[in-house]
Amino acid sequence: MSHVVSSTTKTDAAPDRKIALLDATAGVLVKHMPAIAAAVGLVVLWQFVVWFFKIPTFMAPSPVDVAYAFRDNAGILWTNMLPTILEAFLGFVFGNLVAILLAIWFVHSATAEKAFYPIAVFIKAIPIIALAPILVLIFGNGLAPKIIIAGLICFFPTLVNMVQGLKSASPAMLDLMRVLSASNTEILWKVRLPSSMPFLFAALKIAATSSVMGAIVAEWIGSSFGLGALIIEATYNFRSPLLYATVVIAAVLAVVLFFIVSVIEARMIRWKPAGSH
Amino acid sequence: MLGTAKLMPNVPLTEPAATAVSIRNLSVRFGDRNNEFTALSDVSVDIPEGAFVTMLGPSGCGKSTLLRCVADLVHISDGSISVFGRSPQEARQSRDFAFVFQDATLLPWRNVIDNVRLPLEVGKHAQKHTMPGNYADPHELLAMVGLKGRENSLPHELSGGMRQRVAIARALITRPRILLMDEPFGALDEITRDRLNEELLRVWQETGTTILFVTHSIPEAAFLGQNVLMLQAHPGRVKEFMKVDLPFPRSLAVRDTVEFIGVTAHLRRLLEECL
Repeated sequence: MSHVVSSTTKTDAAPDRKIALLDATAGVLVKHMPAIAAAVGLVVLWQFVVWFFKIPTFMAPSPVDVAYAFRDNAGILWTNMLPTILEAFLGFVFGNLVAILLAIWFVHSATAEKAFYPIAVFIKAIPIIALAPILVLIFGNGLAPKIIIAGLICFFPTLVNMVQGLKSASPAMLDLMRVLSASNTEILWKVRLPSSMPFLFAALKIAATSSVMGAIVAEWIGSSFGLGALIIEATYNFRSPLLYATVVIAAVLAVVLFFIVSVIEARMIRWKPAGSH
Repeated sequence: MLGTAKLMPNVPLTEPAATAVSIRNLSVRFGDRNNEFTALSDVSVDIPEGAFVTMLGPSGCGKSTLLRCVADLVHISDGSISVFGRSPQEARQSRDFAFVFQDATLLPWRNVIDNVRLPLEVGKHAQKHTMPGNYADPHELLAMVGLKGRENSLPHELSGGMRQRVAIARALITRPRILLMDEPFGALDEITRDRLNEELLRVWQETGTTILFVTHSIPEAAFLGQNVLMLQAHPGRVKEFMKVDLPFPRSLAVRDTVEFIGVTAHLRRLLEECL
């Protein structure tokens, strides 16, 4: 008897869920209609301009040419995308991890902050494109220099935001913890880290897109693999449709990383600062 | 009655006139030698156990500083404070007192019940000094402050008055022998403040906790206090420690009586003398 009941509810629920999913998708489409329409409009305009002014393909390929490039070079694009994803991801993880740990150290030791903050600013001031050859000379032509560049580019915004976030706990909150005889570790875990989360995610969203940029820039310096290397190769061989396809993939990669961070943020931070309604 | 016995401090009560806080020749100076500022000068006062003492004075008289000295939040320059015979630091570590700030200072990412439980989760080192199981039930406390059913709300979903009720419940969870309150209702509208004043008196009578309450509202000081400690400024020192001759239990209606108006008029005259 119970089997029958449960099976009927299952069959009832399935179409409901499908309809709900369809509703949600339609809702998202309607919400983003202006953006979608604008994007499609611009692509059509681009196609029209290339066609009307008879612009040669090597100079600026039409959207249709780029679409063909995707189809013809799917294998090359795929094999070169994987190392770039790996470099951007590992750079993102290590760059942010070091920044977070350093920020925690700075907040607990004024001396450490005074000693190393200026050095962090100086490293930030070195143009990343100038740093790439130096790192290639030191670490060779493998994944390491790319991961380091991607990490360095994530590092600074996260360090600055995280220091500010860890210091954003109100003096009254710290007084409260003192009255409760809380240890520094307890203050860190119960007050400082949670209150720094909005600051951290603001930085992580910047880092998500710039880590892809860092990986690609690093691949420009004598690399034989990755989207960056593919960009250089396609440019020198006048394979413009392939160049454009690579750029589109790099952009999509950055947007996807940004989106993932945003989704995690929305799930993690459901509170609003005290006193706001 | 909401488990009055359970909310009582379970430290054995000594004779009724025991002293909860004894302040002797207290001075507090801020700044360095060249630019020194005296916040409190030679303050001596005894707060009896179980009393409700309100502290009133012009701004800059150091009433908040005095409260923060008792709470071990401000360094004492001269003199001494003893809280049930112990130093403020020892009293803090054994959770003899709880502090309620002007801002509710709830952790915005924690719901109401988890905010009330916060004192049970931190200060593990300090908790060794206290007796195990010496805590009130958070649900019972929320019911007492009128927030039953809001356990899972986040602070930003509550009104200012509700947030301050949560802060009071959080303060009471360790069954403190002393409640230190620094203008807790100062940022609230008058109607909410009146209601909370009345409820605070009820909580005080149910728990038997000693309360030290800083305010800059004359009616609030007169309505709540058994005693009013009047301070004057530049430097901060005691002007008068006076008894409020109004019977308990008090309801808001007491504020319309001739006696109450007499008390507030007297306090206002004292305050004007301070300027």
